[in-house]
Amino acid sequence: MPKKEKYLLKASIALAAVFAVAPASNAMHIMEGYLPAGYCVAWGLICLPFLIAGFFSLRNKVKENRRNLTLIAMSGAFIFVISSLKIPSVTGSCSHMTGTGLGAILFGPASVSVLGIIVLIFQAVLLAHGGLTTLGANTFSMAIAGPLISFGIYRLSQKMRINKRIGIFLAACLGDLFTYCVTSIQLALAYPSEAGGVGASVVKFLGVFAPTQLPLAVIEGILTVVIVIGLETYAKPELKSIGFFKEKEAR
Amino acid sequence: MSKNRKTVLILLAAAVLIAVVPLFALKGAEFGGSDNAGSEMASEINEEYEPWFTPVLETALGGELPGEVESLIFCVQTGIGVGVIAFFMGRFVERKKWMKEETDHDSN
Repeated sequence: MPKKEKYLLKASIALAAVFAVAPASNAMHIMEGYLPAGYCVAWGLICLPFLIAGFFSLRNKVKENRRNLTLIAMSGAFIFVISSLKIPSVTGSCSHMTGTGLGAILFGPASVSVLGIIVLIFQAVLLAHGGLTTLGANTFSMAIAGPLISFGIYRLSQKMRINKRIGIFLAACLGDLFTYCVTSIQLALAYPSEAGGVGASVVKFLGVFAPTQLPLAVIEGILTVVIVIGLETYAKPELKSIGFFKEKEAR
Repeated sequence: MSKNRKTVLILLAAAVLIAVVPLFALKGAEFGGSDNAGSEMASEINEEYEPWFTPVLETALGGELPGEVESLIFCVQTGIGVGVIAFFMGRFVERKKWMKEETDHDSN
């Protein structure tokens, strides 16, 4: 990484750290105006290092091999599709998935943060879904926290030699769930309930999101496995070039 | 190959089932957005809280985005995504046909 990039990255990490400590705060699509301004700024700054790291990592991947661009575009497009599908769930309300699992598995969590924020900006500006003021918080939950978990679970399942497809399923599924858990926590931090404080609020918000999201997380896991099977079949050279296929894993 | 195809078909069928079953199982339900449910919960916990910022587009329009238009934009979003995926997938599929002679191991 050139000096300038390193410097920028460090500066943003420092900024984020300061804010992470100061108002030790707040969470998935939170509606516009529903987070106090301080929280909005803090979440935005926490996202900054991830976005910058993601931007550089994406740029390096494209520099390495221009072919990688196609897979990056496809992971981004996958998020576009998946997060636009509102699906009815067992609780009688609709929710949508995140679609960030695929990108996290292929490119790592940092890169996904950039792809995710594009989708979130699209939805915030055109659809009044999520919001510009809550963009930081939503980016953190959907494009950073979820993918981090997906990536971690995928790596872990590889280490434990769990069947690759099951690993991918779990990664995408739990990443999606975790996104909503983080949203609950974010909302709870901004709206601690009078009786039980932040803890009671977390439980309350989780009660809204978790049962709705559970079946959707399963669908997300399934769809991610399907697209990975498709890519494995038809895009082997690309997957090799981003290191998705390990040396002798060519089947 | 055909085993993969079977897995994919079964998985897709399962996904569709999970999505469709609640629709029939819960006939009277409204199926509103859970994002909205979140905001309702927020105003329940803290009753005086007023959203301090309204979406830019709603301000510009002077009201909420009409439902039909909203679904249009959601469709546009899906369309962009599907277009990109289908375009590259199509290219990959065609390319594989041309690379048929090469074996999986040296296909790079």
